[in-house]
Parts: sequence; structure tokens; C-alpha cells
Amino acid sequence: MTSTTATAPPPALMRLSPDNWKLAILVGLIVSVIAAIALPASASFWIIGAMAAMIGAAFVVNAYRRKYYGGLLVAPAIAVLFVMNIFPLLWSLGLSFYAYQSNQQSIRFVGLANYIKVLTNDIAAPANWAALVNTAMFVVLTVTAQMIVGFLLAMMFAKQFPLRKYLLILVLTPMMLSVVASGVFFTYYYDPTFGILSYVVNAITGGQFILMSSKVGAVAGIVFADAWMWSPFVMLLVLAGLVSVPKYLYEAAAIDRVSKWRQFWTITFPYIRGLLMLALLFRTIEAFKLADLVILLTKGGNDTMTISYHLIRIANEQNKTSEGAAISYLMLFMVIVLTNLYLYIANRRSQGA
Amino acid sequence: MAEHNSIWEALGFRKASGVGEAGWGRTLFVAIVSLIYFLPVLFIIFTAFKPQDAALSVPPTLSPTSFFGLIPDKYVFTPTIENFGSVFNRSMTSGGAPESTGFDRYFFNSIVIASSSVLLALVIGTLAAFGFSRYPLKGNDTYLFIILTTRMLPAIVVIIPVILMFRVVGLSGSYTGIILLYTAFNLAFTIWMMKSFFDELSLDVEDAARIDGSSDMKVFFKIALPQVVAGLAATFVFGLILTWNEFLFALLLSGPDTRTVPVAMNQAVSSGGRGTDWTLLAAIETLFLIPVFLVTFFLQNHLLRGVTFGTVKR
Repeated sequence: MTSTTATAPPPALMRLSPDNWKLAILVGLIVSVIAAIALPASASFWIIGAMAAMIGAAFVVNAYRRKYYGGLLVAPAIAVLFVMNIFPLLWSLGLSFYAYQSNQQSIRFVGLANYIKVLTNDIAAPANWAALVNTAMFVVLTVTAQMIVGFLLAMMFAKQFPLRKYLLILVLTPMMLSVVASGVFFTYYYDPTFGILSYVVNAITGGQFILMSSKVGAVAGIVFADAWMWSPFVMLLVLAGLVSVPKYLYEAAAIDRVSKWRQFWTITFPYIRGLLMLALLFRTIEAFKLADLVILLTKGGNDTMTISYHLIRIANEQNKTSEGAAISYLMLFMVIVLTNLYLYIANRRSQGA
Repeated sequence: MAEHNSIWEALGFRKASGVGEAGWGRTLFVAIVSLIYFLPVLFIIFTAFKPQDAALSVPPTLSPTSFFGLIPDKYVFTPTIENFGSVFNRSMTSGGAPESTGFDRYFFNSIVIASSSVLLALVIGTLAAFGFSRYPLKGNDTYLFIILTTRMLPAIVVIIPVILMFRVVGLSGSYTGIILLYTAFNLAFTIWMMKSFFDELSLDVEDAARIDGSSDMKVFFKIALPQVVAGLAATFVFGLILTWNEFLFALLLSGPDTRTVPVAMNQAVSSGGRGTDWTLLAAIETLFLIPVFLVTFFLQNHLLRGVTFGTVKR
């Protein structure tokens, strides 16, 4: 697009005008730092907020004057995300360099000590590493299961057939359940005394079947419940891609007698590749945060502790706020590396195609 | 393809004709798979109709009717609608008089909070997605990636600063606070999803409209937006489902007046120390499922309509 042609040169640093964002940043930073040092927290919070708003306003005026429509369209989203997400993220990043417990008043700067502690300390580190390994296992298993099941379900619904919309809603429903309810009900399904699963297996084998008694069983139970809930998510994304394929392409392929296999790879796949990637990306991110099902089904027993549940324990139950923040930033680092790898591969593929 | 405007066709009954259509054989196959997939949900819905003592019976009761003797009697329970009444009114102490549980208020809260935050995220996010797609900024991918990272950290890490911030600003326990938080929570997904739909559109039509003198605003509203209706519907459904069932933020940030159903459900089920009240939980969940189920069902048509209306793709 060529609509972003700049009509005026960028403003000089010291010129006083509403679109001079460089000056706004400079003034904002100086005032914020002074306020943070000199004033109590409740007052400086508002001053820093006002400075952020001033910088934002300068950017908007600048974008409007120079017809940067991209900037204008993006501005509201950035503003909401900054206040509600990025600012709290930076705050907790700051906390990870301090020794701070949410049930105590004292706070003191310790640099990288929290990071070193969670990675190497004799008492804390082994639990962290075990939780991390488990999380990696859950990510691989749940995401693979969801991608396969979701993709197969989407292929099943790709064509128009009688009663399709009534059957589709049945498959979508598991995703709509509150995890509180579905998780609690899965404990019931898996229950050795009352549960349906044990009842069926006991009737067949004659023995006493307890799914959650081994690590394999516990992991399988969690993966099954998670995959069951979230495969419809993948299905819906893939389906949105499948229905967007123009029919005339298939008609042309049918006339040319192209095999179904080749039709899929040359016509269908390019239309769903982006959405498959999106599904993979978001499911991977969510799988890293897997905690609720583990809490409900095993409480971390049988070596099924995930890093996210471990974090809830450390930060919420043991009140080790800054240690928790350190672990989560290590985790964020890993997720960023992984998602960048995904995006790199996806971009390379789409450029090659 | 011939058009038959009969009632049968409106119901989906028609012969397979042309490419991309299948017949009743496919229906049968998909029906079996879908029903198996739906079974755990069906069990929850049935549990909502069970009398208290039938909930934990061995063998498990499976069906309200015997389907003309098809299902043995020991798997059949007598349906009751008592549980739905006790969602809203029940005695909180053993033997006490029934009193209001406040669940009508919690349902209202869930509807207001989820719908307003998802709509807000959809408006803001679609604008941003169009911006990212059509007017790339310097470092466009970096901005998009930073937006994505807001979804990567576990909620528990963001929550402590958010609680402190809300307390300072006076937003804790208010609708505004939790709606804004959920809006941000939905934005990352909305922007990425809508961008991928805008990226798929052909630029030729938009350029042609510009040459004919359409303003940028007209191009967005009259040309780009109508083509991504399926994307808007899908994004709305996803956002609604995620927000509707969000638990952790709601648990820690909603006050007594703004409590949402998942939080109240968790309290209602685990309070009293009598173990899980299965029939009550099932009744709450069944009622809670209805709104989001209906919205998804009615948006399905848009979802399946497809993004192209004969426009040429890139």
C-alpha cells in the first residue's frame, strides 16, 4: 500500500507542538522518574499514567497529521493492551528482580538472584525442572491430539450434507462448557467407584480399574479431557478456511481429473495453511498454561505437575511473588522462542509457495 | 445447480448435487461420530434432571427413558426438574428455609460482562487488524508479536499487578474494570484472527474502488468488512466462549456485585463440606450453556457461508 506517504518531515526534538512525540517521550520519562522517586506510590501512579496518555496523544496527533492510517487504526487496541496487559507485565518483570512476598511489606532489590535460585537451587530447582518437563510433554501430546482430531472433524464437515448445522453444533458444545463443570465431571467419569469408565472396564476385565493410579493413566486422562474440549476450536478454524475455498476450483479440478490427494494439497491446503498455523500457535500458547484440568483431576499427583500449576502454588499459596514472576519470565522466554520458530517456518513456507 | 425453494431444502434435505455436497450417507456417518463426541455433555445435561440419590448410583444411570425396553431398567432414572429450581432458591443450611442464591444476578453479570467485552474487542480489534493488514507500520511484525505475547504468560503472573492497579484506580469489583480486562484478554486473538482473514482478501477490488474515488473509510466498510463476515462470526464465537467461561480473573477481580457464574458455580458446588453436589452443578452448567449455545447456533450460518462472494482471490 502506498497510502502511508509522509507529507511533512518529522518534527525537530525541541519544537513545541502537539505532534512532537519525541519531546513527549523525553518529558514523560523525566517527569515519571522524578515522580516515582519523590512522590508516594499512589500519587506517582497517576502522574506516570498522565505522562503515558500524553505520549499516546502525541503519537495519535502525529499519525493524523501525517496520514498514517495504520497508526490511527491500531492506536485504540494498543492503548487497551498497554494499560491492561503490557503495563502489568512490565510491573511483574520488575518484581522478578526484587525479593518480595505478597504477604509481607519488605521489598529489596536482589538482581538476578531469583532467576539463579529457580534454576539451580537444590530445593527449588528440581521441582521446577520436573514441572517444565511435564509441561513440555503435555504441550506435545494435547496439541498433537487437538490438531489431528480437529482437522479430521473439519474434513468431516467440509461438504454440505443434510442436517449439517445441527450435527456441527453437537461437536462444538464441549468447547462451550465451563472448565469448572467439565473438569469436575471428568473426575466423575474417571472415578474408580462411581465412574463410567471404571464400570465399563471392570465389566470387561473383571478386575478393579483405577485410571489415575499410574502416571500413564493420569496423563492420558488429562490429555483426553483437554483434547476433547479444545479439538472443536481447531475444527472451527480449519472449517472457516475450508468453506472459503471457491467451488469453481474443485469443479475445474474434477474436469481435469485431478486425484483427490492432489486436489487437497494444491487447492485446499493453501487456503487452510494460515488458519492451521493460527490454531497451532494459539493452542500451543494455551497448552503451556494448562493448570485447571490438572488441579481438578490429579492435584499434581502421579508426577503430573505442570509449570503453570506449580506457579499458582508458588505465587498464590506460598506467596513467593517474585520467585513466581522469575519462573514465568523463563517460561515466557521459552514460549517466545517456540512461537518465533513456528512463525519463521510458516513465513518461509508461504514465501516458497 | 438447480434451486428448489421447498421446505425440505430449508431443512437441509436435498440430494447431493454438484461439487462440495454429500448425501444422507455422510449424514449418518457424521451423526454417529458427533453423538459419540457429544456423549459427555449429554451425561451432564441428563444429570441435571436426576434426583439427588440417582446421581452417584452404581451402576451409573444413563437415560431418562428406557427407549421402549432398549435400555435395561437399572440404567434408567426418573427425570425431575427440581434441580433447576434449587439453582435460584434453596436452603443454604441443612433444614433451613429456601432462600435466594443470587444466581439470577450472576447470570445477568455474566451476560453483561461477556457480551460487552467481546463486542468491544471485536470493534477495536477489527480496526487494528485492518490497519496491520493494509497499512503496515515500520516493524509491523514486531508489534503483532508483542500483542501475541500478552496471551503467553499465565494469568497468575499478570493478576498481582492488575489487582494492585485496580485498587489504586478504584476499579476493583466494578464492571468497568473486568470488562476492560476481558477486552484486552480477547484483543490478541481478535487481531490475529481478523488479520489472517483480511490478508486472504483480494486487493484488486479495493484498489479498483479507490481508483473510482472511494474513500478509505468506504473501502473498509463497504468492501473489506462484508467479505469477512465469517471471520467476524468465528471470532465473536471464540471470544464469547472464552470470556463466558473465564474463571481465574473473575475469581480474583470480581466483587460480590459483579461475580460471574463460573465463580459462583465453583462456590456453590464446593461449599458446605458435603462433597460435590453433582445434580446442582449439572443444573447450573446446563442453564449456563444455553445462551452461548444459542448464539453459536445462530451465528453458524455466517460461519459456514464462506468469506468469498465471487471476488477473485490473490
